[in-house]
Amino acid sequence: MDLTTTYLGLNLKHPLMLGASPLCDDLDKVKQAEDAGVAAIVMHSLFEEQIKREQATAAAVATHGESSPEASSYLPTPSDFVLGPDAYLEQIRKVKAAVSCPVIGSLNGVTPGGWVEYTKQIEQAGADAIELNVYSVAHDPQRTAAEVEGRTIAMVKEVVGATALPVAVKLSPFYSSLTNLAVAIEKAGAKGLVVFNRFYQPDIDVEKLEVSQRLTLSTSNELLLRLRWLALLSGRVKLSLGVTGGVHSGIDALKTVMAGAHGVQVVSAAITNGPVVLAKMQKELETWLAEHDYESLKQGQGSMSLAKSPNAELYERGNYVKILLGYAKSML
Amino acid sequence: MANPKYVTIDGNEAASSIAFRASEVIAIYPITPSSNMGEFADEWAAQGKKNVWGVTPDVQEMQSEGGAAGAAHGAVQAGALTSTFTASQGLLLKIPNMFKIAGELTPFCIHVSARTVATHALSIFGDHSDVMLCRGTGFALLSSVTIQNAHDLALVAHAATLRARVPFLHFFDGFRSSHELSKVAYIDDDAIRAMIPDELVAKHRERALSPDHPVLRGTAQNPDTFFQSREACNRFFAECPAIVQATMDDFAKLTGRQYHLFDYYGAPDAERVVVLMGSGAATAEDTVEMLVGKGEKVGALVVRLYRPFSVTHFLAALPTSAKKISVLDRTKEPGAPGEPLYQDVLTALVEGRSSAMPQVFSGRYGLSSKEFTPAMVKAVFDDLKKDSPKNHFTVGIVDDVTHTSLDVGADLDVCAPGTVQAMFYGLGSDGTVGANKNSIKIIGEETPQSVQGYFVYDSKKAGAITVSHLRFGPKELKAPYLVQHADFIGCHQFEFVDKYDVLDRAKSGGVFLLNSPYGKDEVWQHLPREMQQQIIEKKLKFYAIDGLKVAREAGMGNRINTVMQTCFFAISGVLPRDEAIEKIKKTIEKTYGRKGADVVARNKAAVDMTLANLHEIVPPAAATTDRMRPPTVPEAAPQFVKDVTAVMLANRGDSLPVSAFVGQADGTWPTATTQWEKRNIANEIPTWDPSICIQCNKCALVCPHAAIRAKVVDPAKLAAAPEGFKSVPFKGNEFKGQAYIIQVAPEDCTGCNLCVEVCPAKDKSNPKHKSLNMTLQRPIREAERARYAFFLSLPEVDRAAVKADVKGSQFLRPLFEYSGACAGCGETPYVKLMTQLFGDRLMIGNATGCSSIYGGNLPTTPYAQDENGRGPAWSNSLFEDNAEFAFGYRLAVDRLMDQAKYLLKQQSAKLGDTLINELLGADQSSEAGIRDQRARVATLRQQLAGVSTPEGQRLLTLADYLVKKSIWAVGGDGWAYDIGYGGLDHVLAQDRDVNILVLDTGVYSNTGGQQSKATPLGAAAKFASAGKEVPKKDLGLMAMSYSHVYVAQVAFGARDQQTVRAFVEADLHPGPSIIIAYSHCIAHGYDLEHGLEQQRLAVESGIWPLYRCDPRVAATGEPGLKIDMGATPKVSFKEYALNETRFRMVEKLDPKRFARLQEDAQRDATRHMEVYRQMAEIRVKPQSGGDKGSAS
Repeated sequence: MDLTTTYLGLNLKHPLMLGASPLCDDLDKVKQAEDAGVAAIVMHSLFEEQIKREQATAAAVATHGESSPEASSYLPTPSDFVLGPDAYLEQIRKVKAAVSCPVIGSLNGVTPGGWVEYTKQIEQAGADAIELNVYSVAHDPQRTAAEVEGRTIAMVKEVVGATALPVAVKLSPFYSSLTNLAVAIEKAGAKGLVVFNRFYQPDIDVEKLEVSQRLTLSTSNELLLRLRWLALLSGRVKLSLGVTGGVHSGIDALKTVMAGAHGVQVVSAAITNGPVVLAKMQKELETWLAEHDYESLKQGQGSMSLAKSPNAELYERGNYVKILLGYAKSML
Repeated sequence: MANPKYVTIDGNEAASSIAFRASEVIAIYPITPSSNMGEFADEWAAQGKKNVWGVTPDVQEMQSEGGAAGAAHGAVQAGALTSTFTASQGLLLKIPNMFKIAGELTPFCIHVSARTVATHALSIFGDHSDVMLCRGTGFALLSSVTIQNAHDLALVAHAATLRARVPFLHFFDGFRSSHELSKVAYIDDDAIRAMIPDELVAKHRERALSPDHPVLRGTAQNPDTFFQSREACNRFFAECPAIVQATMDDFAKLTGRQYHLFDYYGAPDAERVVVLMGSGAATAEDTVEMLVGKGEKVGALVVRLYRPFSVTHFLAALPTSAKKISVLDRTKEPGAPGEPLYQDVLTALVEGRSSAMPQVFSGRYGLSSKEFTPAMVKAVFDDLKKDSPKNHFTVGIVDDVTHTSLDVGADLDVCAPGTVQAMFYGLGSDGTVGANKNSIKIIGEETPQSVQGYFVYDSKKAGAITVSHLRFGPKELKAPYLVQHADFIGCHQFEFVDKYDVLDRAKSGGVFLLNSPYGKDEVWQHLPREMQQQIIEKKLKFYAIDGLKVAREAGMGNRINTVMQTCFFAISGVLPRDEAIEKIKKTIEKTYGRKGADVVARNKAAVDMTLANLHEIVPPAAATTDRMRPPTVPEAAPQFVKDVTAVMLANRGDSLPVSAFVGQADGTWPTATTQWEKRNIANEIPTWDPSICIQCNKCALVCPHAAIRAKVVDPAKLAAAPEGFKSVPFKGNEFKGQAYIIQVAPEDCTGCNLCVEVCPAKDKSNPKHKSLNMTLQRPIREAERARYAFFLSLPEVDRAAVKADVKGSQFLRPLFEYSGACAGCGETPYVKLMTQLFGDRLMIGNATGCSSIYGGNLPTTPYAQDENGRGPAWSNSLFEDNAEFAFGYRLAVDRLMDQAKYLLKQQSAKLGDTLINELLGADQSSEAGIRDQRARVATLRQQLAGVSTPEGQRLLTLADYLVKKSIWAVGGDGWAYDIGYGGLDHVLAQDRDVNILVLDTGVYSNTGGQQSKATPLGAAAKFASAGKEVPKKDLGLMAMSYSHVYVAQVAFGARDQQTVRAFVEADLHPGPSIIIAYSHCIAHGYDLEHGLEQQRLAVESGIWPLYRCDPRVAATGEPGLKIDMGATPKVSFKEYALNETRFRMVEKLDPKRFARLQEDAQRDATRHMEVYRQMAEIRVKPQSGGDKGSAS
């Protein structure tokens, strides 16, 4: 079965990628993914904020140095312990060396300079593409939605101008006019759009009167939001469409491709069941397509998008009511 | 080496660099000031650097210096080229092995940064008292004067030891040489190879113990042969001096630097000569050159090879014209007819000179790094001019008691013309020292100039003051003494203008740079009158900058170092301004590159912003203020504090004469003196909102500095309260109707934030607002000062009325306050709690380490006294013997108590049986019991007042021993797990009431975070920079193997109630007790305001289980061990570990390896928990007929 797809200009043997996760820190897991036939590996994000914080901690620790006659410092200073992106970049090199598939770097910046600088470094480290993880909660009452989007678009332009790599932009679903933004991102020079990143969802500890933070693995339920937006975006932009969040089976993957995805990132399922799950999903996908007499995956790519699906209005409106009605019917 | 490479390094690095490259095995143990030698070696080994034979030396930390000497002895016996580093007590611990190594004629090198041996007091600073104690070992003693010497003679030592088969102790002055930065011609590997030929190494190997050619060493010999065979070694020692000279000559051929066993400087026809060794010799050389230039017939004879002492070489070097010789010893041997070098010189002259015997005088100088200046050298020569010069004199102090001291004239500046001398006053936390080290390296490495840097620190760990002394010049710089005539003075903290005489050493016409929060038009008005006058009279060029503003704008927080460094280069003109700025930026990249581009960018921004903010201030013709510098201590301070402590606090301790210490000759000092030192180091301090306070007292418990306190008082006592003094009605029954108060000591708080972190009381409508909130200190300082004074004046709680729990304990007055510990220290809350619970009957033996430094380092001491004048009695013996030391207290106290009881029984006729029986049978297991016993003792005293029998009088002197004493051995894990473990174990094995408090930070904190056996698996520490592979020793489990020992493991940040219980139970347990206390520490690498959270995570991850094991409970048949936490970990090891740099570092270095270590750590924790769980189920039925096995 021909499962090939083109994502960010990269020719992939199939759409199933190992998505941004801690798995890429472990070369054994990376190799397992390779053995499972993974089409591409997306590194987890390099967080500029994290780097800044580590540097601030190092500075705070250093304030104790050179202040006592008995100790000029309080921690060892191994020369290969370097704060900053080096470890991340080194890991890209190692992953790249360990696998034959494309490796996509990922970056979450906080400053305009940071986005550009780290993109260049990721490129130098050998990544085949870069995914910009736009990962901030816009909550400043002074800032309009247009300003927030404007900054993202400007950033994408700057990064695209600074790198020869194909650039994908990973967004959250929280935009008033996502398709419009997608078009602008395309104009800014990006090659792809990934829907959607999953924020840490703050919780409230009522005993301690504190906000608590947690990250849970995704479930297939989360796929629905993504299917809708893939369908709404498909055909309206020339961008490669990627999906992440909620793909747990070959059929999940198939749905995303039908909705318009070119690349499918698998994270939670790979964390839970190991990278070997990718092979299983590929098999499922293949079997389904064969059983249903498809010639290739491309044949069904975007088939269930807004433009092509037989009952596309469900993507646009009324979804909630119809489902309730459907549910009521089946109870009769 | 025609064109040697120059490097700017200190003496420790200079020596270690040779030792590393010329050794195969290096056995180490941290001790100030030699720790850095081991750290350098360990770091190079970790980097995989090689010795000159292409192999990375094995750098191994041992459990003590004794252990290091043992390992080294074994290594040389087994054929490895071996060295070690040490100082002071550490060297003393090596002496037994040194006798063996020398007796076995084994090549070996010890590099020593010579340090004072503790006598009436410990001192980390330099003199020759340690080295002199090695005279009899048979080691060759080779002395370095300069940093270049330390590099060169280290190699001479390594080469000569193989040639002579005599082991070498190479030494240089602790701190003055070990820590002075200087420009040094670097010896490359080829030169080292050339100095250590393979055939000599091969011979060393041939002598090695090996089963392939077996021999036996270490025999026991009898009177028939020992003497003769001991004399059989003579020729090796006789030949040694010539071998050393030959080695020095070979070295000269390679490097052009010629040394002799004795080097003479000065007039060839000198009549007056000083003989000395160590860094002071450089001062003598420079002064002699100046005096000879003025026509004086003087000279200095510098001793390099002190042992074996070659009379021939000595006499050959000494001009025959010398009529009067002063021999200067940097040590003191009380009771000796003279100090050792003096005696050796006398012997040499008597043996070697048949006629024209000069007069020889003995003098002491420079003990504990006391300054030794050109004026002092001149004073020695001047005294020799007299008809009857003083003998057995001292120089450098004023001895107005036994009148040994020489009068010293005005300071002399003997530095070569063109030398720029600069001083910088800074805080440890502001980066001043680091920036100055960079400046020296910039000038040293980028210009042909000579450079020198020396750094003076105070003994505080929070808010420490640093004074940097820098010299730059076209000629070689030696000058091993502080800058006395400064061309440039930088004061990096404005507060200092009111505390210290910053401009005392400013040269006329010099530069004064001040970091000032006041603008260029206001700064002048804020200077005290003395300073204004100095600026005007000395015609100083005065510059000011708001460095903090620039630093903050550049995103550097409080780190003003880069800003002030830029100012120095801009003003001083040491380098052209643009070139200097370029070099600073280059150094920033080099220094901070590893910390990331962002840090580099911010530092560079600070450089660029500096010049626009730097202003020259033109002073008016006369002083414009009447405001004088405020007194160092308040009027209310005791006379001794005013006369002595205050002078030390003002950095003028050198001016105090011997008479000031007559009462302290035995090392006894008053306690409770930190209260007179108001340091004001916190930017922000907590303020209390009583309206939401739940009165838990947790804030007071966690405060490391006893700077937030709780009290309950009769509301009537608050009538005279100052404005704004806060109180609320006490909630609960114990003190119903009383007022509850939380008060902050505004000038003693260090701003660590722990109290705010622990405060559980949140405003329900605005949980961000707690009952404690940090507020800027300056605006509330005065008002809070008055409130705190009033708070202290309020009556203390009745000790018998409080419960022995967290809340109750915090109403008890802390008798450990305002120590110099780090802001947020994790150790001091335990120490403070101990003083609250038992302080009025507490005796502490304190192992050397952080707790002895913040506990007993002058000028001020934190152990305090209650309203009755009672309080902890504290002493420090050594590092290694502390458990035994405290055990000795117990032996004495018990015997004295027994005597008191014995005498008491004899007094029944006079005192009546009731009082005696009550005194003998008193239950002192509660505060009420102690109170009642104190009352009985008071009655006893009254009744004995009229008794004149010897027994009655003896009882009077012993009566206080009828009140129970609480005896504690306190120290860190370096002591308890490593160097002192043998003694600690022995004390636990006795059935005596000694309590042991282990402040477990998991590293040697005081010396800079070297690993101990308490370092957790997976953590990086010095000497384990890749992360520790093996689990920490389970000291608690080992202690539990004795069934009679009370054992508790606590973490106050996780379960404070359990901590308090453990202390109370340990005191009550009549046998030995040990509390192992988790102490967060800056060496863990995070902001200590998160210390409590990390303690919680340590416990919840199972890494630090909480438990108490009480033999008294076990004796009842119930399980003795009680686990004070959930059975299964609530969080993962990773969640705990990755908040700390010590673990993150290991993860970053090798994520995969860290993942394995992490699994190992978690598995080890689980295994331990399982062992405890099973132990906690063990029930042993009490034996019939009594509770044998129970200690009570």
